[in-house]
Amino acid sequence: MKRILVGIKRVVDYNVRIRVKPDGSGVITDGVKMSINPFDEIALEEALRIKERGGAEEVVVATVGPADTQQQLRTALAMGADRALHVQADGVIEPLTAARALLKLVEKEQPLLVILGKQAIDDDNGQTGQVLAALWNRPQATYASKLELAEGTARVTREVDAGLETLEIDLPAVITTDLRLNEPRYVKLPDIMKAKKKPLETLTLAALGVEPRQQLRLVHYAPPPQRQKGVRVRDAAELVDALKKKGIL
Amino acid sequence: MSAKVLIVAEHDGRKLNPSTARCVSCARALAGAQIAIVVCAADSAAVAAEAAQLGGVTRVIAIDNPANAHALAAVLAPQVVAVAAPYSHVLGPSTTFGKDLMARVAGLLGAPQVSDIMAIESATRFKRPIYAGNAILTVEASGDGKVVGTVRTASFEAAGGGGSAAIEKAAVDVPLPTHTRFVSVSAAKTDRPDLQTAARVVSGGRALGSAEGFKILYSLADKLGAAVGASRAAVDAGYAPNEMQVGQTGKIIAPELYVAIGISGAIQHLTGIKDARTIVAINKDGEAPIFEVADIGLVGDLFQIVPEIEKLLG
Ligand SMILES: Cc1cc2nc3c(=O)[nH]c(=O)nc-3n(C[C@H](O)[C@H](O)[C@H](O)COP(=O)(O)OP(=O)(O)OC[C@H]3O[C@@H](n4cnc5c(N)ncnc54)[C@H](O)[C@@H]3O)c2cc1C
Ligand SMILES: Nc1ncnc2c1ncn2[C@@H]1O[C@H](COP(=O)(O)O)[C@@H](O)[C@H]1O
Repeated sequence: MKRILVGIKRVVDYNVRIRVKPDGSGVITDGVKMSINPFDEIALEEALRIKERGGAEEVVVATVGPADTQQQLRTALAMGADRALHVQADGVIEPLTAARALLKLVEKEQPLLVILGKQAIDDDNGQTGQVLAALWNRPQATYASKLELAEGTARVTREVDAGLETLEIDLPAVITTDLRLNEPRYVKLPDIMKAKKKPLETLTLAALGVEPRQQLRLVHYAPPPQRQKGVRVRDAAELVDALKKKGIL
Repeated sequence: MSAKVLIVAEHDGRKLNPSTARCVSCARALAGAQIAIVVCAADSAAVAAEAAQLGGVTRVIAIDNPANAHALAAVLAPQVVAVAAPYSHVLGPSTTFGKDLMARVAGLLGAPQVSDIMAIESATRFKRPIYAGNAILTVEASGDGKVVGTVRTASFEAAGGGGSAAIEKAAVDVPLPTHTRFVSVSAAKTDRPDLQTAARVVSGGRALGSAEGFKILYSLADKLGAAVGASRAAVDAGYAPNEMQVGQTGKIIAPELYVAIGISGAIQHLTGIKDARTIVAINKDGEAPIFEVADIGLVGDLFQIVPEIEKLLG
């Protein structure tokens, strides 16, 4: 079966103002709104569109994380995913561990495509897709802003520093999404009801044979340095003068 | 044990990208580090010669292969891994080139990657921004085994010249995949300075209203000798090409002067300009968050103010 696997990470919603705990042990997440990582919503949207065009038969979403993460999987099912896989894991999950777990799911599900976000907006690592592609020994096309599937290959336009790059890759492959790939659909209320009946399978890292290794110790969190308060000028002439005084012009 | 650092050069086949010299500065912050640069190219001669002159670099490893004509992570990663054995750290720039490649290298090595290194505390301790720069995290590697890293280029000055490293050709005999093929790259041609390295940047937001509207920024930028940037809203609306986007999902820059024009100052935008020396904001809304980070703020209509500034510049 032509299948697409989509990685979902639960993160602090992008609208939340992040605050560091006074003792530096982390950021405040108590009572804070949690969401699907925005890049993963885009990944799921792309998978759903491919399926709707007849390019795939099934969209499976997967997450590696604690029990709470099932909320985001349910949202993904409500968006239109057919099935969800929850790999239960607590504590810090580094990209290498996430990628190893996803690789086991890839071996089980044999997808045509794996679509992940280009980065999770909490840790901003931006690694998991590339690590998975390396472990799987398959192509990667990161920062995708356009994706066209053909028989056995895909053409991917990537947002790179120089502009837009187009690659042709053999399938199966890993794609990571950039923001302009698409605009995710909204979840409708009836779909939330329907999603409750869709299959959600729970697995464990141990059952998959993945040892959760933490290679980087998270020593300390600090708020970023604040900029000095600036001045207000009244018009263009004052602005140009202020820049001259600073020696910039 | 002193650190041995391997830096993966970013280049376009002819010239070294300035991001590589910034990686060298990051590596030099590791006390007593020996620094090598690996250049993977179809013909490495010009780039390797340039890399050899960077101060503090003692060795340049040149890997020539026609397959390296375009930087494809899947093709480059096994070659980098093939020469990485003696090194404790493998670094690349936190540009789209480096982010794409280094994590694949880390995957092949089974090593941890520290993304966006902004400061080196020791050979095993690093600082990096998370949550779009709203927190700074200190991480520590165990010290046994390699560390892969991407270097937040805005946090390090480019290393100067004065080096005279030996250039060695490496014959790397590893199978390279053919499953990933370069098709094309499209970049808007511009004579303006490069956004990532420009000393001055003039940036526009949604308020410019159209690609036509952006022309007043180009005109101002040319007067200032500045590069032109854009907010994501402006890029999404098609007013500016994507390579101009500044911010969390665009370019992280550190110019001497950043002029934000008709940009509200969303956190995702601000994270891209935090290291700018002087930030100027022009916005008609005096409450816009951009004013919280601006060194010089001017409340008013950009369509009136920008031409006035241009006139004053003569
Ligand atoms: C995951 C994620 C990643 C993102 N990454 C980025 C990123 O990398 N970069 C980025 O920029 N954004 C990014 N965004 C989007 C960001 O949240 C904002 O939506 C965006 O920056 C807003 O762009 P803007 O300031 O141009 O538009 P707006 O917020 O609409 O602001 C327009 C401003 O122009 C002012 N204005 C209007 N008319 C005039 C006039 N005539 N004269 C003067 N001022 C005027 C208004 O007062 C307003 O402040 C990201 C969002 C998400 C969710
Ligand atoms: N624990 C996880 N479970 C499922 N997918 C993940 C997980 N961590 C990361 N991903 C995927 O990998 C992408 C990049 O994450 P990161 O490398 O952490 O920035 C995310 O957008 C997700 O699609």
